[in-house]
This record gives sequence, C-alpha cells and structure tokens, in this order.
Amino acid sequence: MNILVCISKSPDTTSKIAFSNDNTQFDDNGVQYIVNPYDEWYALVRALELKETLGGQVTIITVGTTTDEAIMRKALAIGADEAVRIDADPKDAYYTAMQIAHYAQSNGFDLVLTGKETINYNGSQVGGMIAEALDAPFVSLATKLEVNGTTIQLEREIVGGLELIEVALPVVVSCAKGMAEQRIPNMRGIMAARTKPLQIIAPQAIEELTNFIQFSAASSKASVKMIDADNMDELVALLHSEAKVI
Amino acid sequence: MILVYISSQNGISKSAFEAVTYARKLDSEVCVLTCGSASEAQLSAFGQYGAQKVLVDRKIDGSDAQQLTKLISQYAQELNASTLVFTHDFVGKAIAPRVSVKLKAGMVAGAIALPEANGSIKVNVFSGKASGFVKVNSSVRIISLLANSIPLELNETACKVEEITANTGDSKIKVISVKKPDGAIPLPEAEIVVSAGRGLKGPENWGMVETLAQTLGAATACSRPVADIGWRPHHEHVGQTGVAIRPNLYIAIGISGAIQHLAGVNGSKVIVVVNTDKEAPFFKAADYGVIGDAFDVIPKLNAALVKFKAANN
Ligand SMILES: Cc1cc2nc3c(=O)[nH]c(=O)nc-3n(C[C@H](O)[C@H](O)[C@H](O)COP(=O)(O)OP(=O)(O)OC[C@H]3O[C@@H](n4cnc5c(N)ncnc54)[C@H](O)[C@@H]3O)c2cc1C
Ligand SMILES: Nc1ncnc2c1ncn2[C@@H]1O[C@H](COP(=O)(O)O)[C@@H](O)[C@H]1O
Repeated sequence: MNILVCISKSPDTTSKIAFSNDNTQFDDNGVQYIVNPYDEWYALVRALELKETLGGQVTIITVGTTTDEAIMRKALAIGADEAVRIDADPKDAYYTAMQIAHYAQSNGFDLVLTGKETINYNGSQVGGMIAEALDAPFVSLATKLEVNGTTIQLEREIVGGLELIEVALPVVVSCAKGMAEQRIPNMRGIMAARTKPLQIIAPQAIEELTNFIQFSAASSKASVKMIDADNMDELVALLHSEAKVI
Repeated sequence: MILVYISSQNGISKSAFEAVTYARKLDSEVCVLTCGSASEAQLSAFGQYGAQKVLVDRKIDGSDAQQLTKLISQYAQELNASTLVFTHDFVGKAIAPRVSVKLKAGMVAGAIALPEANGSIKVNVFSGKASGFVKVNSSVRIISLLANSIPLELNETACKVEEITANTGDSKIKVISVKKPDGAIPLPEAEIVVSAGRGLKGPENWGMVETLAQTLGAATACSRPVADIGWRPHHEHVGQTGVAIRPNLYIAIGISGAIQHLAGVNGSKVIVVVNTDKEAPFFKAADYGVIGDAFDVIPKLNAALVKFKAANN
C-alpha cells in the first residue's frame, strides 16, 4: 500500500490573528505553526495504521516554503517514511492541488489522504481538486476507512447522517474526526526523523484562480449584558424584543 | 445565467433555498440542477425563490461526485453559466472543488455574503477569528455558500421542471448502507442551538438540555471533551475540530469558552452563556450572560420560555 498524505501548516490554535500591509497579508510574526490538526490526527495516523497492518510506504507532501520544514519533521517523527516539499508559497487551493496532483501522477499512489480542511483558510477544497486532476474518485469527510484487497470501505458524513460506501483504489479521501486517534511522537521517532529524506521539488507553472485581496479581524462583541439567574423572564423578553431571535 | 446545484436526495434543505435566493440576487436568470427521485412538485418549489428552470437527471443518485461533476460541467457549458452556486456542506465540499478543476473556474469556498462592489466575496478565515475577501480571476466562478448566511427571500417565478440525461458514466461508488438519526435538525442548518459542556458533570444530566432545545425548536450541540468522553455523539461536537455553525441563537451551558470552541460558534448572531464562573472566557464573546448553576438556571429558563410561547401563540 503506497500512501500519500497531504500535510499543511496552520497557526497554533491559540495564536493571535493579525494582518499586515494594509490588511492584505497574514502577519505571522511570533506565530507558532503546528501541523494542521486534521492532517496530523486523522489522515497521517490512519495512513500509518494501514502501513503497519498491510505494509507499504507513507509519503508526506507539503506545498510550502522552508518555514514548513518544522511541521514536516514532526510528521516524520510521528512515523511517515519520507517527505516531499514542493517549494512554493501557496495562496490558492487550485494551485496547491495541481502541484500535489502532478507529483502523485508521476509517482503513483494507491491512496491519497488529506485533512478535512485547513484551519486557516478553511476551504475544504484541495482534496476534491486533486481527485479531479487525477480522474480518481473522491470521498470527502470520511470518518472510517478499511482496506479490503483492492477496494476500500469508508464511512462518510452526509447531510444529517452517515453513509457506508465501497470504492476501488486508487482514491482520494479527506479525513475527518473518527478516522484515527492522535499520536504523540516519541524520542526514537524524533531522532529517526532527523535522518529521514526530505526531498525538495521545484513547482510546476500553474496559475492561481483566486486570491485574497483583503482581510479583516472579526469585530469584537459589544460588552455582554448580564442577567440575574433568578430573572429568566427578562432574558426571554430580551431575546424576543431586543435580539429578535425568538 | 446562474446555475445552482442542489442535492434533493434526502428532501430539500433550507440551505438549498438559500442558495437559490443568493443566485437570484446575482442574476435574474437562475437554473437549478439536481438528480435523483424528488417529485416534480417538490422541485418546482425552487420557483418560489426565483428559479425559472429545474433540470433533473433521474438516472443518477448523487452519491458519486465524479458523475455529478460531468453532469454539472456539461450543463454549465451548455447554458453558458457565469457563476455556479453550491451549498458549502457535505454536498458542496464533495463536488464543487472537482467542478472547479474541470471548468478551470476559481472557487470561493464558504461564502458568507453577496459579492462586494469590487467583486470580491467575504468568507470566514482562521476558524472565524477573521474574515477575508476572495477575488476570482477566471471568467467563470464557483461560489459555495455557508448555511444561514443569507435570509430566505420569496421571489415567485414560473418554474419549469425538465428531465435530462447526461453522459455521466457508471458510478464508482457503491453505497452499502445509510445511517440517519431520525427527526433531528442537522446542526449546521439549525437557527437555534443549545449546547452544553463539561459543566454538566455527566451524560445523565442532558435531559434538561434536550427539553430546552425542544421548547425552542433547536438542535443540540456540545464541547469537544464531552464528545470525546462519549457523553454525547461525535456529530454534536462544535468548534475548530468539530462542526462550525452560525445559528441566530447559540446558548452555551457549562462551557468555558476556550478559543478552539469559540472558533466554531463565533459566527452566531446572538450568544447566551450560562456559567457558574464569572471569569469564564465565554462571557467575553457573549451577548447575554447568566452567572449561575445550570441545574438551577436551565429549568427556570425553560419555564420562562414555555410561558412566553403560551402567551405569544
Ligand atoms: C487543537 C485543539 C483543538 C480543539 N478543538 C476543540 C473544538 O473543536 N471544540 C471544543 O469545544 N473544544 C476544542 N478543544 C478543547 C478546548 O481547548 C477546551 O478544552 C474545551 O472546549 C473545554 O470544554 P468545556 O468548556 O466543556 O469544559 P471545561 O473547560 O472543563 O469547562 C467547563 C465549564 O463549565 C462551568 N461549570 C461547571 N459547573 C457548572 C454548572 N453547574 N453550571 C454552569 N456552569 C458550570 C465551569 O465554570 C467551566 O467554565 C480543542 C483543543 C485543542 C488543543
Ligand atoms: N499547502 C499544502 N500542502 C499540502 N497539503 C495541503 C496544503 N494545503 C492544503 N492541503 C491539504 O488539503 C486539505 C484541505 O485543505 P483546504 O482545501 O485548504 O481546506 C488539508 O487538510 C491538507 O491535507
């Protein structure tokens, strides 16, 4: 089983979000980056579990700059065999997906796993785009994945429920909660990660179909109105006449 | 001309009508595309929100995004659609990115508003801690709309339902079974959500949360640790690593308001927080706060609501 796991970085969840250059750029001064939780906890760990039971190889791929190498080393420490970095600063999901699809196409994989979404731009786009470029089936928001010879069985979220499906390999899957449990890298893994191969590849010439022209920090709430615990009639009245939500 | 893809597999959701309302505000010509077995009467309801035409392919069931991509791309080209609109839910996330590649049309994922004067479209970024404005550089654009982002607006239009068949090939996905929690309102679509956290002490105490939700016609949700320890089902977990929601009213009971929790709910229009600890961070993100013990406050709030409903009926 040859598995490619797409890994991206995201600011540590407690980071302060600020913008620079007239609010046109994310200001990552002092921001600590982590592996995007969906990519790490669900996609990568499930890939490692499959490798442990079926044999094979887990490659991680990141479209990113040298800043991304720290999170790639973390993914190697958790247990990935090798890492590929496409040397670019991705701004657009299409651009990112086409880079990964090109690599996947030239190297051949049974399974390509992504996270459900990045927690910075939250698009949930890259996986589906890779699948279309590879002309492969795409199973989005999968919560379980079992391999059965040359087919896989998956559970995926659908509107208001879950669906159990079967599909033949190769396939692209975006991984959501339920797929696996978080693993903490151990000392041996961290030491081994230092010597695992991290290949750097030049990007393909691909256009960007979208770009962010402006950001704005979320407006903070006007101060909270406190209501006495013994006066729920007042709360109900305010929700009705002031907030107009009931 | 705007083409809206809608899933009508499991009935037609409110977010589908929102997508048509949104499309109608972009252009006077709106065509809905769907598949499956919904009745003509069900489908012609899109006319109420401004669609002139509904195209339905009865041959495919909508479980294979590859087939749908072929169907949608073919009609987008035939109809010369300038914009394609999807719902940014399980359906849109499975299909819209594929169509984006197939048509080489830039995609705005999770739009929360109509386009600005400069053509850019607002989306949430950094899990709702900020917003961004996305500009599409291609001539055709794809917009997937987040639920509850636009109020429904009636726009009574004569609407024709037309059956079509596209060359979509065989499905590569075999559906083995479907599990549906019965009767529940899907969390992302709920207008009111009642949510509780570790402050409730144990799963046996959720009765009062469910009662309150029932009184309000609300969906129930929970914080992550509560889902992790198995007090509540995983699909109720809201926040950065769970479902992101933006209801009109979010009532948070016994939840501290950690930043990762707020990330999934800070798009809510009005937030009510009930917590014993006056220093709980959630109060900073709240519109209305009650310092008190949930076991005391929630039954009282429920009683006040029941009284209010009886008086306003
Ligand atoms: C990477 C990452 C991602 C995460 N993602 C999420 C996520 O998606 N969603 C999420 O929710 N969390 C997430 N978390 C966890 C988050 O940081 C918090 O730990 C979690 O939200 C706390 O849950 P809680 O508020 O239910 O529990 P606690 O923090 O234990 O808070 C319980 C609250 O209940 C109050 N309380 C106690 N008794 C009562 C009573 N009788 N009546 C009223 N109030 C009472 C207490 O004062 C306290 O404020 C994430 C964490 C990390 C590191
Ligand atoms: N720059 C990137 N490099 C590698 N994988 C990425 C990158 N950006 C996104 N992905 C993958 O695509 C998934 C969905 O991302 P998004 O479409 O941005 O929400 C993520 O969870 C990652 O697995």
